[in-house]
Amino acid sequence: MADTIVPATEDVISPAEEVHLKHHFATPAQQMDADTLGMWTFLITEVLFFGGMFASYAVYRNLYFPAFASTSKFMNVPLGATNTGVLICSSLTMAMAVRSAQLSNRKALVRFLILTMFFGAVFLGIKAYEYHEKWVEHLVPGFGFQYEETQFERNAQILFFLYFAMTGMHAIHMIVGFGLLTYLVVKARKNAFTEHYFAPVEMIGLYWHFVDIVWIFLFPMLYLIGGRR
Amino acid sequence: MSTAAAGHHTPIPKVATLVKVFLSLIVLTFVTTLISYIDLGELNIVVALIIAVFKASLVAWIFMGVRYTTSLTKLFVIAGLVWLSILILLTYSDYTSINWIYQARPWSQTKAPYFEDKAK
Repeated sequence: MADTIVPATEDVISPAEEVHLKHHFATPAQQMDADTLGMWTFLITEVLFFGGMFASYAVYRNLYFPAFASTSKFMNVPLGATNTGVLICSSLTMAMAVRSAQLSNRKALVRFLILTMFFGAVFLGIKAYEYHEKWVEHLVPGFGFQYEETQFERNAQILFFLYFAMTGMHAIHMIVGFGLLTYLVVKARKNAFTEHYFAPVEMIGLYWHFVDIVWIFLFPMLYLIGGRR
Repeated sequence: MSTAAAGHHTPIPKVATLVKVFLSLIVLTFVTTLISYIDLGELNIVVALIIAVFKASLVAWIFMGVRYTTSLTKLFVIAGLVWLSILILLTYSDYTSINWIYQARPWSQTKAPYFEDKAK
């Protein structure tokens, strides 16, 4: 107990909070602010990581717009839109999970975390089905690539390369998130998260919402280029 | 609007707020999908991106709780977006303007390398 450190807030730090308070922080609120800032710093590097792919998409779309637009009829828009909805559902359950942790509601927390994982799994399942569709239609870039509009074959392949690179990186992020959520469920079942300490739930929640935001941009950019004319 | 958790200053969001955001996101997904079936020409991507930015802002502001964070965190978020816009705008402006150097010299026989097969 460092008597010299005066908490910045008027709150008295309870023993339940003190267990989780690292010695280099004065108050739980300060620790939480530092956690949040650190997580956002990481997420910004992620924004720029995906930003590189978004930039290359923008350049090639500008160069080869007719070829890019011609690929839209091979995209499964109903499934893409459904997947957007599924991810939005998972974001809601994730936000509810954080809320449950803040209210020390262990049962609700575990339930919402598992629901979030369920929606994540549905998303990945639909994505796998779409990949299979592309494989069957010879739309995977490489030696087997075939495109009925032969004048677009070379440049449409660039779009499909970007499609697999971007949705693939997104799917890898989903799988990582799945692992993180598993960790949270295991810890939450042991009652590790209460109103006094829920930073891991909140931070992994931030990551999950970020992955949702990436998809919010990927969906119109990859599926809805040329319209359905 | 929201109550502070015991011993914390992190406010707990209302369920109604979260559900409202969720419903808005679902509605906007429908809107963006339906609008893609209407031919607006060049405006299609503009409308789609405006809706996407709006959806992303909703997720960041409410679900990710940016509105409750410190000014420093908000500054970091904005800085990240500024860097992203530098990345995209400067790359894009280079590819847009790289041809101008050839257009300015009509005697040059060199073809611009990037826009050759733009017709395809």
